[in-house]
Amino acid sequence: MEAEALKFFIACVTAAGFGIAVAASFCGIAQGLGLKAAVEGIARNPESSGKVTVTMLIGLAMIESLCIYALVIALILIYAHPQAAAIAGLLGGVAH
Amino acid sequence: MAHPYLFFVKLFEAIGLGHFAQSNVHVIYSWVVMILLLALGALGGKGVKLIPGKAQNVFEILISGIEEFMVDVTGEEGRWLFPLAATIFIYIFACNLIGLVPGFFPPTASLNTTASCALTVVIFTHIIGIKYHGAKYIKHFLGPVWWMIPIVFPIEVIGHVARILSLSFRLFGNMMGHELVLGILFGLAGAFFAPLPIMGLGIFVALVQAFVFFLLSIMYFTGSMEHAH
Repeated sequence: MEAEALKFFIACVTAAGFGIAVAASFCGIAQGLGLKAAVEGIARNPESSGKVTVTMLIGLAMIESLCIYALVIALILIYAHPQAAAIAGLLGGVAH
Repeated sequence: MAHPYLFFVKLFEAIGLGHFAQSNVHVIYSWVVMILLLALGALGGKGVKLIPGKAQNVFEILISGIEEFMVDVTGEEGRWLFPLAATIFIYIFACNLIGLVPGFFPPTASLNTTASCALTVVIFTHIIGIKYHGAKYIKHFLGPVWWMIPIVFPIEVIGHVARILSLSFRLFGNMMGHELVLGILFGLAGAFFAPLPIMGLGIFVALVQAFVFFLLSIMYFTGSMEHAH
């Protein structure tokens, strides 16, 4: 029955929403910690500002990539679930 | 998601190859980037003089800047890797940037392009390892002591496969996410120039992601050149 397939889709989208929210919040905390250390380093030693900034940007890009992995999974769940047709057929078939 | 209007796809449709163009957008646009880079390179290399003129000066600063940065990371013995590493950096940077032009699609927003770049880099690290160490390259994967081999070897192999995944997904996710946000904002409030701040961020993200790919590649190359711990 379509109600089952729709419930499955609702579950997927809910999981995607919560997943990306959790990933983004922890990514924010982690990048904030890295930024805090970089700014403290520049404050102690303004001459090293160039190197510290470059290192900080590289570190932020690495941390951000973890959030991007979660975003890719969320996008797959919403738009391109690979088993969507199979599961819809299975649930439709069981109801019949 | 609505299909955006893409110039070169329309061009291919006009000459009758529409179906090929629609399903292989990233290939068409990587050809566009390749032609652009080849033209720029030919222009830059024309009439190279010993005392450089203005344009040659700019190119020399850019190229030698990348080369010195690379040698800082890999050491003097890694200088021969410069053509590959600089190509990766310039190609990915150009691919990322071309997505900001209206009517163009960034080839790196497709997993095919990024996975191919990541595979090239990781397979090349193995080629470097075998070239420098021969059969003893396997020692890189075996860990410090002989009785830990059953634990350490699968972990090292998984780590290497994870490199391919992380390199490709990092670049793909950044570019695809950027495209999606632009598409959604354009649909929501396109008349009020809503996508513009995101495009400004996009220039920064394009540079940072190309640079991170380049930096990780040369760190992997360095890791396979040095002696096993």
